[in-house]
Amino acid sequence: MGDGSALEQKKLLEVKNLEVSFFDRQVEIPAIKKISYTVRESEVLGIVGESGSGKSVSSLSILKLLPGNGKIKGGEIWFEGKDIVKMSPKQMAEIRGNQISMIFQDPMTSLDPLFTIGYQIDESLRKHTSLDHRQRRQRILDLLQMVGISQPEKRMKEYPHQFSGGMRQRVMIATALSCNPKLLIADEPTTALDVTIQAQIIDLLKELKNRINMSIIFITHDLGVVSDICDRIIVLYAGEIMESGSKRDIFYRYAHPYTEGLLASVPKIDQNRKEDLIPIEGNPPNMLTLGEECPFAPRCRYAMSICARKKPPLFTVGEGHQASCWRCCPEEKGTGKDMGKS
Amino acid sequence: MSREILLDVRHLKKYYTVKQGAFRKGRLKAVDDVSFQIYRGETFGLVGESGCGKTTLGRCILRLLEPTAGEIYFEGTKIDDSNIREYRRKMQIVFQDPYASLDPRKTVSDIIGEAFDIYKTFGSKAERRKRILELMELVGLNETFYNRYPHEFSGGQRQRIGIARALAAGPEFIVCDEPVSALDVSIQAQVINMLERLQREKHLTYLFIAHDLAVVRHISDRIGVLYLGRLVELADSDELYRRPLHPYTQMLLSAVPIADPDESEKRHRIKPKGSIPSAINPPSGCPFRTRCSLAAPKCAEAFPKFREISPGHFVACFYAG
Repeated sequence: MGDGSALEQKKLLEVKNLEVSFFDRQVEIPAIKKISYTVRESEVLGIVGESGSGKSVSSLSILKLLPGNGKIKGGEIWFEGKDIVKMSPKQMAEIRGNQISMIFQDPMTSLDPLFTIGYQIDESLRKHTSLDHRQRRQRILDLLQMVGISQPEKRMKEYPHQFSGGMRQRVMIATALSCNPKLLIADEPTTALDVTIQAQIIDLLKELKNRINMSIIFITHDLGVVSDICDRIIVLYAGEIMESGSKRDIFYRYAHPYTEGLLASVPKIDQNRKEDLIPIEGNPPNMLTLGEECPFAPRCRYAMSICARKKPPLFTVGEGHQASCWRCCPEEKGTGKDMGKS
Repeated sequence: MSREILLDVRHLKKYYTVKQGAFRKGRLKAVDDVSFQIYRGETFGLVGESGCGKTTLGRCILRLLEPTAGEIYFEGTKIDDSNIREYRRKMQIVFQDPYASLDPRKTVSDIIGEAFDIYKTFGSKAERRKRILELMELVGLNETFYNRYPHEFSGGQRQRIGIARALAAGPEFIVCDEPVSALDVSIQAQVINMLERLQREKHLTYLFIAHDLAVVRHISDRIGVLYLGRLVELADSDELYRRPLHPYTQMLLSAVPIADPDESEKRHRIKPKGSIPSAINPPSGCPFRTRCSLAAPKCAEAFPKFREISPGHFVACFYAG
């Protein structure tokens, strides 16, 4: 799929001004501050960010799986004409694992050690479909075959501990795909796996996506993985979108200094070792003390005086390409009227 | 080339006995007959997937684990029980997990100063303090952190504390066991650059263990590839990436995702086959043969000899090269 065509696809999920906070006793810790994005039909949207950037929280809120002290404070999440934020727990249970499903980072802890693989895949089939016992068994066998597990009849009767890490992630994918979801949320699905296994899982996801025509939200910190699988990318920092655009916008036409910094700080496998890495100096911000400034300003080498005073909105820098940086502001560009170098 | 050999590992083995049921016992060969040399001032990278024995190998070299067989020579002297305490000063380690490797009840200064206390290498309290502050400055820690506790720091800062601690003893050789894999990318580059700077300033030699091939390539002069406890290939860093000879190295390199959409579309990839077999009772002969495209009956009979194909480029495969 080229860069342009992705924009014409129908919208599947639309997140508008989503705000999520965690509460520690009386203290409110913001995790996500008014972010908006859309996922179109049969595209892979990558959400990139470092730990604490809010990338997992943004996806957990889509399924309303936030931990007890987390709360959606505002915003809307539109999926198939309905606002998920307003849905009752019962309505949510209808959607989870059925129309939207999720795979997690750690395939070791997300399967129940007490039940067979077959039983666990069967769970969502029992809940969401009207198939009878025989049809469900056939479906489980098909699913295991589809995710590349050989001898499915034997394997479905085995327990999670009898599977390796990569195989467990395949089982998780089979479970997630059991009801033909329209949207799959993959939260760092390959981070715990070895590179050769990671390559297998990514190939599998790409192939399945085309076969059953679903959209994927792929959350990761690994820019290599993003460049391989995603169509569009959102870069998150301190709970806010720094930049969003097509894969090529982000890698070749990046507009935000944070994106630039991320790309310069990863060693490339085809890079001569004599080239020095350019790190982003400093540390991620404390979410409690952030005010009205641009959250990246203290670590930004282009920071101007306005950056410490006022947070930039998302400016459009190209078709489907936005960045939250004053350097992209159309009117102020070059004039330096209100900005001044700090 | 007349480079001085700092560390010489000869036929190192580490076996574990594991229970398999009530009466059966299996043997797990974590490290199996590994030999290599590390030259003074270089960074020797060690890569491999989980369970290949790279951490065990690093720990056996420092005798944090007792090897089953084999010898280690440091500056030409064989290291054994009688002199290990003396040599530990020259051989230090930086651990992977910056959360688990620092004592939560000690302050930063006590963690870094522990080596001074053990080796009694300071004259007075004031001198001890001065030297701790010097080390803290060297690794980029603010001097106001002197009396703080590890829980107050982020992962990157903790790793800096761990590095300062390793430097305190005044080592010549440091085993870096996945020192950046727990860190965020933006912090990773800071720590890698710092390790490189310290190496230049203090003439250190590193054994750099990691699973991230891009990081290893970036930092290493030479690289060894481990598979199920066996060293299967060894070459100069650039040579290994330009001309990988062992089918496993080729598969491993081609599985690494490239952070560049055009490059990753252009690339011809070898599809990785299967997963790493259990290290308990591994395949006979060459352990990689179960996933190898070149495998032939011969491979099941014996482990191929570690051959030098071109100067400095070794590979353990009957058919490579």
